[in-house]
Amino acid sequence: MATEILMPALSPTMEEGTLAKWLVKEGDTVASGDIMAEIETDKATMEFEAVDEGIIGKILIEEGTEGVKVNTPIAVLLEEGESADDIADAKSEPASAPAPADKEQSAPTQSKPAPEPQVDAAPDWPEGTKLKQQTVREALRDGMAEEMRHDENVFIMGEEVAEYQGAYKITQGMLDEFGSKRVIDTPITEHGFTGIGVGAAFGGLKPIVEFMTFNFAMQAMDQIINSAAKTLYMSGGQMGAPMVFRGPNGAAARVGAQHSQDYAAWFMQVPGLKVAMPYSASDYKGLIKTAIRDPNPVIFLENEILYGRSFDVPDLDDYTVPFGKARIWRTGDDVTIVSFGIGMTYALEAADKLAEEGIKAEVIDLRTLRPMDTPAIIKSVMKTNRLVTVEEGWPQGSVGSYISSVVMQEAFDYLDAPVICCTGKDVPMPYAANLEKHALVTTAEVIEAVKKVTYK
Amino acid sequence: MAAKKPSEKAAPSNISAEELKAYYRDMLLIRRFEEKAGQLYGMGLIGGFCHLYIGQEAVVVGLEAAAEEGDKRITSYRDHGHMLACGMDPNGVMAELTGREDGYSKGKGGSMHMFSKEKHFYGGHGIVAAQVPLGAGLAFADKYKENGRVTFTYFGDGAANQGQVYETFNMAALWQLPCIFVIENNQYAMGTSQQRSTSSPEIYERGKAFGIPGEAVDGMDVLAVKAAGETAVKHCRSGKGPYILEIKTYRYRGHSMSDPAKYRTREEVQKMRDERDPIEAVRTLLLTGKHASEDDLKAIDKEIKAVVNESAEFAKNSPEPHLDELWTDIYATEIPQEA
Repeated sequence: MATEILMPALSPTMEEGTLAKWLVKEGDTVASGDIMAEIETDKATMEFEAVDEGIIGKILIEEGTEGVKVNTPIAVLLEEGESADDIADAKSEPASAPAPADKEQSAPTQSKPAPEPQVDAAPDWPEGTKLKQQTVREALRDGMAEEMRHDENVFIMGEEVAEYQGAYKITQGMLDEFGSKRVIDTPITEHGFTGIGVGAAFGGLKPIVEFMTFNFAMQAMDQIINSAAKTLYMSGGQMGAPMVFRGPNGAAARVGAQHSQDYAAWFMQVPGLKVAMPYSASDYKGLIKTAIRDPNPVIFLENEILYGRSFDVPDLDDYTVPFGKARIWRTGDDVTIVSFGIGMTYALEAADKLAEEGIKAEVIDLRTLRPMDTPAIIKSVMKTNRLVTVEEGWPQGSVGSYISSVVMQEAFDYLDAPVICCTGKDVPMPYAANLEKHALVTTAEVIEAVKKVTYK
Repeated sequence: MAAKKPSEKAAPSNISAEELKAYYRDMLLIRRFEEKAGQLYGMGLIGGFCHLYIGQEAVVVGLEAAAEEGDKRITSYRDHGHMLACGMDPNGVMAELTGREDGYSKGKGGSMHMFSKEKHFYGGHGIVAAQVPLGAGLAFADKYKENGRVTFTYFGDGAANQGQVYETFNMAALWQLPCIFVIENNQYAMGTSQQRSTSSPEIYERGKAFGIPGEAVDGMDVLAVKAAGETAVKHCRSGKGPYILEIKTYRYRGHSMSDPAKYRTREEVQKMRDERDPIEAVRTLLLTGKHASEDDLKAIDKEIKAVVNESAEFAKNSPEPHLDELWTDIYATEIPQEA
């Protein structure tokens, strides 16, 4: 049966084109793959090949015709044994329109929280639990080691994690306990070993990929975002990367611009990733265990300065902290200070000093940035009517600016003052001691911001 | 590649008529499927980027003949051939191309992003060479689990110039990963010929610096590809670490659908089609060796045409994904289980 040959779309954006030249004439026999015509698109001149075999029965659009719409019949192809008389019966194979989706559908939007946000305010551990003092470093290692004892598919890889015992001694003792199969020194090759880690996760393992610092993870950004974060979605839920990327993030002390960046806001932006940035030792332990068990890629942002700080850690066999649950460190009615990671140091110091002046601040530690416990922020702002955010990262596109936009959209009527985002300064990190101190957010700046929003 | 007439060679005696016919059928399925995909693209039913595999069919069909159940494969975005060769359903692949709910990724991946846990196909990756460390990672997982599987990690001559390939070679050799690096050298990285992009043309030799053995293979000869694949599989499965196959092949169509093909002559493409076509070569072997008659092959052609037409109909009629799908599969709620 005769078939119509239609004007093809030859680029992702082509709607019409010029039929520049016919390379076949009526009566010619063509086979699949033969070039039949040259067609000019908006971008280039393209060759148009035959898909089926047959005889060119009639050319419907003359060469040189401009503005031929995609899917317009341009010629008729006859099968063996047919003649031009059969053209009247030509069956056109027009592009069938996509099966219509339900007309009633509209893209579901994320539901807005109810005016009274539901907040999980349960304490992290039961009253009366025995506590012990531990550094962040010890708590983090204990958390990882506990999970490795529970699940043979968990392993850790990174630079100097094994024989050196960790560049920051986080993995101290782990090689001895778990052996070189599960505690793996890599060459200095972030892009490569991150990709291998992601592939191992696709293959059914649960890798912990340690970056000596997250600054080096820039070399591996493609594997983290394009391979780890997006595969579950791209595969329609068939496979993903259950794994943890961890290491120190943000400024340490006097290590200069290339070793001092806070990546919280970068990673927080990516659907498919979860992002934790704990402050206290108990949260390091509870969140790393949750991160390792999570079936998704988790970015675990640590801080070198916090590694040596001691906190109360509950003496429990299996202590975990859920993602998306903020911790309220102190309650107050006058202002809400929201922070995370090392930013909590400034937030808590500022709250102490403000209390001496009679200003009662409520201090919220987000602990995880994705998912983020925005209901806890909204609920607090409804009470205090004022909000200051604190972080060491840069101001433009900061975590604070996101929080500020959420609060404006969901609790605008409760605000008695503009939200102030205290951030690191908008400069690469300088080396000189005095300059570095000024480049970071300071307690004094947090106090000043609180006074501004409380009009004191 | 020297021009050789397919008819100058006879089928080796250890290849059965059934095997030859199977390779013919599998390669023809890829070719006809890709032609149909090109047609659907022209009709506006397939959008975005669409990279056809026409001309390279012997690579995946030859290597799949050397693979065993449970072995893994991963590739870049010119991936339709790999999926069909490892046994994925043409209907599901075509429906993904048209962005419909019955596609392998429910319409959310498209031409470049399809996966099948069941067939151990790990994508379908859009960033040139990113699949190379991912493939080594799959092999890492197999070695960790001591399950005896190997991974076929496919990439092109263009990807072979990315740094992460050599980072991966280093670790794959260091850790003796059961990974076959398959370089599909179709001679053009998009529109840049190998001569204009590559300082040393013998890509298979680039493993030498890491102690990885490699060999060049005639990628227009499915039997040569299969034989090389068997050598590589044996090497990897016996615990000797990675192996490199540089398979010299040729892509007849453009890099993607919107390729004006100004970087090579029409005569060059036509010469390849006339003299080195991998499907014609097997067809000739079948006929001259009297393993099949013209009628037998016509029956296969007809069968393939029906499969491909059915996939196109299926892909046109499958509904678009429900809008709720926009919000699913962003986060998993449980650890995915192995197939």
